[in-house]
Amino acid sequence: MSEVIFHVRRYQPGKDARPYYQEFRVPLTPGLTVLDGLWHIKETQDPSLAWRFSCRMGICGSCGMLINGRARLACNTQITELGTSRVCIAPLPNFDIIRDLVPDLQPMFRTHKEMKPFIIRGDGLTESSEGEFIQTSEELEHYLQFSYCIKCGCCMAACPTVASDREYAGPMPLAQAHRYNRDSRDMGFAERKQVLGGGRGPWRCHFAGECSRVCPKGVDPARAIQLMKRELFLDVLHLRGKSCAAPCAGKPTDAKRREGIPEAPKPTVG
Amino acid sequence: MPSENHYPNRLGIRGWLFGGNFGFERYLYALHRLTGLGILAYFLLHIVVTSSRALGPEAWRSAMGMVEGPLFKVGEYLVFAAFAFHGLNGIRLILLELGIAVGRPIEPVYPYRTSVHVQRPLAVVVMLLAAAVAVLGGFNLFG
Repeated sequence: MSEVIFHVRRYQPGKDARPYYQEFRVPLTPGLTVLDGLWHIKETQDPSLAWRFSCRMGICGSCGMLINGRARLACNTQITELGTSRVCIAPLPNFDIIRDLVPDLQPMFRTHKEMKPFIIRGDGLTESSEGEFIQTSEELEHYLQFSYCIKCGCCMAACPTVASDREYAGPMPLAQAHRYNRDSRDMGFAERKQVLGGGRGPWRCHFAGECSRVCPKGVDPARAIQLMKRELFLDVLHLRGKSCAAPCAGKPTDAKRREGIPEAPKPTVG
Repeated sequence: MPSENHYPNRLGIRGWLFGGNFGFERYLYALHRLTGLGILAYFLLHIVVTSSRALGPEAWRSAMGMVEGPLFKVGEYLVFAAFAFHGLNGIRLILLELGIAVGRPIEPVYPYRTSVHVQRPLAVVVMLLAAAVAVLGGFNLFG
């Protein structure tokens, strides 16, 4: 295999009535990723080709696209890994297309914001705390896996419920709601429950498992959603343990600076 | 229809079946919905047919005459098989929703082992049970 044929879905608003596929030929070089192939096309064949990217190393979550029928990160996908010389690339489904391979992720981020993805406490310590919150490694494990989410949207593109139900919040926002619900520093379950209990919530998920299969970071949104359902169910039965938010350790007051360690420099800003 | 700046790309019901590269659970998802709709349609038909009894014995005999024959017998068997699948798969889904058989959250280390892998044995056992019930039902109905 000396070259790869890229079938790229194209669409320019105001110019094209509907998306169409265009064929490009890219020479196969060792280590060629789908993102590299797109760059080759842009630099040598069609400078108008548009897609979104940033880090090139599977961290930023910008280059999610449908590659040979599966939502993946273009930067994380080696051509040889696909096992074929034909690569079919389309923008992530279930999101409107802005142009070519650029999906409109705004609705997903709006829903994510609705889930209050931040620490909520009733004691005001979030703003005034001067020390660290005490959290055990066991408490950390309850949510750590879900905190690796990079918001690439691959799970939303793969979910069959998102495909047919506009109201459903989708795997990413729900997994992030669970991530904060299970954080021992957080007390926001009652607030998030208002959003999670209705048609937007996790009960529309029937475990197709696609979100967890395609997640490039192993976040496993399907697991988060099922565990969230369990929490909601136990809450209805008043069986969900009501623990206090993790306390603040506070700054040590009787600590003395070890000899030979200089004072910290004075702040230069603020 | 495309707006000024965006082209809609939501898959709709096509997304149940034509979303792309599928796993086993995706097929169970689609089949669960289809069998649910099938059982609902049967239930409505059942209400219509049995309510004819209220119109007298003649109407009842006439309605029963319409739903006899090999075609309806096969249809009846399909409803039974759909019910076996839907009921057993529903039990699987309830167990998953109670957090059973999805596993505890773990540090994601490649190759990732997700809840889909953890619950796979349960899914296989449930499908074998559904197949066994469907076969036994077939013997009972046609044997």
